[in-house]
Amino acid sequence: MVEDREAEEAGGGETMASAVALAARHSPRPSVRAWRRFQRNRPALVSLGFLLLLAGFIVLWPWLSPFSESSMSNAQFQPPDGRHWCGTDIHGRDVLTRMAYGARISLLVGAVGAGVSLLIGVTWGAVAGYVGGRWDALLMRCVDILYALPSVVFVIVLIATLEGLLKSWLTRVAGTNFASSARLLFLFAGLGAVSWLTMARIVRGQVLSLRHRAFVEASRALGASHARILWHHILPNVWGVVIVYLTLTVPSVILYESFLSYLGLGIQPPMASWGSLIAEGAAQLNPIRMYWWLIVCPATMLVTTLLALNFLGDGLRDALDPRAGA
Amino acid sequence: MYFLKRAIFLLPLLLLISALAFALVRVAPGGPFDKEREPSTPDIERNLKAKYHLDEPLWQQYLRYLGGLARGDFGPSLKYRSHTVNDIIAQGLPVSLILGLLAFGFAQGVGIPLGFYTAVRKGEWGDWVGSFLAILAVCVPGFVVGPLLVMVFAIHLGWLPVALWESPLHAVLPTLALGLYFSGRVARLMREGMLSTLHEGFITTARAKGLSEPAILIKHAFRLAVLPVVSYAGPLLADLLTGSFVIENIFRIPGIGVFLVNSTQNRDYPMIVGLVLLYAVLLLVLNLLVDLSYSVLDRRVKHG
Amino acid sequence: MKFSTDALLSFKRAFRFLGASCAVRPLPLLLLLLLPLLLLPLLSARPAVPSRADLVIINGAEPESLDPAIITGQADGRVVRALFEGLTRINPTNAAPEPGLAHRWEISPDGTTYTFHLRTNAAWSTGQPITAEDVVYSWIRVLDPNTAADYAGQLFFLKNGEEFNSGRIKDPAQVGVRALDAHTVRAELTGPTPFFLDLCAFPTLAVAPKFAIEKHGDRWVVMPPMPVSGAYELVEWRLQDRIRVRRNPRYWDAANVHSSVVDFLSMDSPMTAINLYLTGRADIIWDKSLVPGQLMDALRRRPDCHTFDYLGTLFYRYNVTRKPFDDVRVRRALALAVDKRRIVEKITRGGERVAAHFTPRGMPVYDPPAGLDYDPDQARKLLAQAGFPGGKGFPVFQYLFNTGKTDEQISVEIQAMWQRELGIRMELRQAEWKVYLVALRALDYDVGRSSWVGDYNDPNTFLDMFMSNNGNNRTGWKSTRYDELVREGNRQTDPRLREKFLREAETLLVRDELPIVPLYFYAGIHFYDSARIEGIHPNLIDEHPVYAIRKKRGSEPVSSNR
Repeated sequence: MVEDREAEEAGGGETMASAVALAARHSPRPSVRAWRRFQRNRPALVSLGFLLLLAGFIVLWPWLSPFSESSMSNAQFQPPDGRHWCGTDIHGRDVLTRMAYGARISLLVGAVGAGVSLLIGVTWGAVAGYVGGRWDALLMRCVDILYALPSVVFVIVLIATLEGLLKSWLTRVAGTNFASSARLLFLFAGLGAVSWLTMARIVRGQVLSLRHRAFVEASRALGASHARILWHHILPNVWGVVIVYLTLTVPSVILYESFLSYLGLGIQPPMASWGSLIAEGAAQLNPIRMYWWLIVCPATMLVTTLLALNFLGDGLRDALDPRAGA
Repeated sequence: MYFLKRAIFLLPLLLLISALAFALVRVAPGGPFDKEREPSTPDIERNLKAKYHLDEPLWQQYLRYLGGLARGDFGPSLKYRSHTVNDIIAQGLPVSLILGLLAFGFAQGVGIPLGFYTAVRKGEWGDWVGSFLAILAVCVPGFVVGPLLVMVFAIHLGWLPVALWESPLHAVLPTLALGLYFSGRVARLMREGMLSTLHEGFITTARAKGLSEPAILIKHAFRLAVLPVVSYAGPLLADLLTGSFVIENIFRIPGIGVFLVNSTQNRDYPMIVGLVLLYAVLLLVLNLLVDLSYSVLDRRVKHG
Repeated sequence: MKFSTDALLSFKRAFRFLGASCAVRPLPLLLLLLLPLLLLPLLSARPAVPSRADLVIINGAEPESLDPAIITGQADGRVVRALFEGLTRINPTNAAPEPGLAHRWEISPDGTTYTFHLRTNAAWSTGQPITAEDVVYSWIRVLDPNTAADYAGQLFFLKNGEEFNSGRIKDPAQVGVRALDAHTVRAELTGPTPFFLDLCAFPTLAVAPKFAIEKHGDRWVVMPPMPVSGAYELVEWRLQDRIRVRRNPRYWDAANVHSSVVDFLSMDSPMTAINLYLTGRADIIWDKSLVPGQLMDALRRRPDCHTFDYLGTLFYRYNVTRKPFDDVRVRRALALAVDKRRIVEKITRGGERVAAHFTPRGMPVYDPPAGLDYDPDQARKLLAQAGFPGGKGFPVFQYLFNTGKTDEQISVEIQAMWQRELGIRMELRQAEWKVYLVALRALDYDVGRSSWVGDYNDPNTFLDMFMSNNGNNRTGWKSTRYDELVREGNRQTDPRLREKFLREAETLLVRDELPIVPLYFYAGIHFYDSARIEGIHPNLIDEHPVYAIRKKRGSEPVSSNR
């Protein structure tokens, strides 16, 4: 009982705080303030620097490297040395070069997953949570159905029915070099189809809790349009969780790609991705013999990149927080 | 009222999911009886299809399947031909449920306190180290964590068994391997929920009233802060309870996660649809419970 | 068919737990989330796993069934052979057929009529005698369209066998197998079949219990007690876990069954298999697919690793209905440019032998013909003759293969070899297993990875698949001459003459016409410590009767041999 009374009083105090928040949002040049806040976040800056370096490496390495993605040699399973910085694999291919090429696929996959999650997931969840009632039920049941259906079967069907068509179309339009990337598009479609579902649920949960807050009710009383309320009052309070969940989506789609590839539904060899390189390297974790570089190198690269992404996300989150002080 | 409405809608929803799954698996190329070794004559394959009524029109097969469902019969497995889908679920589900609950408990038990701690210590060393560990757990996949744990604890130290499912000790490594990843995710979500809640007005009010800090954090902030974690808990638990392909494979655990993937590869139609339905029931019920819990945790959330 | 109460209880538990967690206040909620840890003791409450078996064998993939009429896989067969016996059984040392349920037999001079005399002391594990009627029932059941047995073809050598299976003949009495009396069975064949006694030891032809099948229908193998005719009876079968069997005291040769309780573990992960073996939780690994390929070179140096030749060939098919593979010069050019030695030395590394011909060596009265060797110069010449000098103008084509690390690595190697030696561009098309099978069958591919493992110890199990109308041909290649040679060869009663015909046929296959190109012969691989385990002998069909395997007396199980 006592608790309930306190909660009510606590709720009563909210109007004041949100008025402060509103004032903060309407102060001049919020983007500049956000950037200032961001600059003060050391780890986020370091992460940004690292990601820029990584981008440079991915773009430039194929030109700098003396090896190509698929050039083979008799130098099988060479440990790292001056020539092969990350050693070689079973075909005598340079692992570092494969990591650079693999980064393109993996980061692209991560970006597509995060993008779909951001665009569809956030919109879907926000609308469902804000409108509520019948529409909420309809939208969320769609999410449930998609979530329940096996995505692997979906990808199999997609590839089986459309790959031939897409391939011949690509060959006609863009030549044979691009036709082999048809499979990538299906991979994106499959990943995109599942990556936004949990995001939608989480955003909806937050919006449900926000839509009856005092500051939302206040602007509704002032006659603000629904779109304005959603965009200016509700979403700013959701960005934090959206950013955090996005940074969680990236690793999960990158690893999901390696699972699809394991089932023969992902990228086609001899292409590489970080996920598939790590999956290949996981076999090194055995008591008989370890070619440690095959797992350590790609795993280190993946983990540092994702760490950087997460700390960058944290920095962004703090910078964009409408309630944070200057 | 809201609960009743949702509960009534469960049945048609499940019907829709079963119909979609039923149709989807039939579109996939190949059938359950395609093998590397072609039967000596086409007659043999015809006999097989006739035996399992695969030669009937699809709608008729679906009605037959629904008829079976009404009697609680998921039909025969087309891959494991001496077993029914009921047999396989009855053997595997309890194992997956136990492992799933353990991993869920581990993920929440580690994730929530870790997220809570990192949020309260935001910007300090505790936050950096805690966040680093949480992100690490999210980035390293089960197919790496599993073998790594086996190498260290089962082979080098010899403390725990390498695989199989025989005693409580056998559950330790799979629980860790399965739970670590999710504990990282939960920790990140919890930290975020806590951070945004700590800025809320009522926390300031509570502080102004001179309530002790732990009381504020646990009594007031926690309820709202846990919302993202709760939203995530529905699908998470449904996933965990139906088993994990990777973990069950590595530790050779007789759950149903392996069947979830293998039945797809085998085009074992009744098995796929049966497992999808099982998963759907779990998911829908859990999500319903999650939606109900919103109004318990945050009294401003009203359903209807 | 309801779920076991076990499953229901678990369900309820799951929901009660959740229902509680969302209705309570934060702090108890936290504690409740830890509640599942209390479930740990429940694990120990499940039906106690009995003590370690005398022999633990890591067997391979989960058997599809234990019904001899239904199974097709080798891993399934190994268990079924322990449970059910046929008229003959295989000798543990050389895998040749020897008396099983039949203690002797007569063969008519033309080789088409077999008369088997059953043992009078043969009985089901449940006590009933095994009679000639059971044998006839089992064979007719395999052929019966309602049984829908994949391997019904193993009995098409019986007169009217195929006709009965296809439904053209309805009366089972017309099929060429009948009981002359309670202990005599006569089989009439469509022609001389030199490997028929081998077939009688094959699981499909094993004798199954009529009374149990008529009582329980398709589910008879999961209804205890399952009556068996073999050396072991079933104790427990948990999917993805273990099949436990124990000595069948009513087996006619029970005195020579050495291990009394045997566990067959089914699994898919080679790493797990090796870990279990190395920590002493398993005594034998005997499935090739459960040996981690990438560690083969290191594992082969161990004294407990045993490799041997067996009847399996990895090859690739050409789709000869597609240009430019309709031109035999192209097919030969590509074949000559594959460095098979590099594949077995660098990639598979399990002691495989390079294959120039299709049938593995060592089968009785058959010496395979010489095929093609590695000769990239000749390959370039041939390709130029076919109109593609230096690979110019050669269309981009696809290499179809299934999922699997080794197959992926081999295809990547072949891709690079053809690019380097011939200057032609090939794309890799990795397909999920069923998609791969459908594409092969529908001839929706250019070049496709394939493999074949012989069913019985005779070249026919390899050669008949490329007959024009065989469903396993899958190349689009039809040669009346080849069909004629194989058919004529199988009509011969003189083994030397038969060899001549079959050899000529295989020459067409691997040298002259080349619808396929063999890459290497599989090597069989077993792990067991021969200081502790005896009774396993290498043989071509990789079958090792369980009854003959035993631990040497006084040998202690090692806890870990790191």
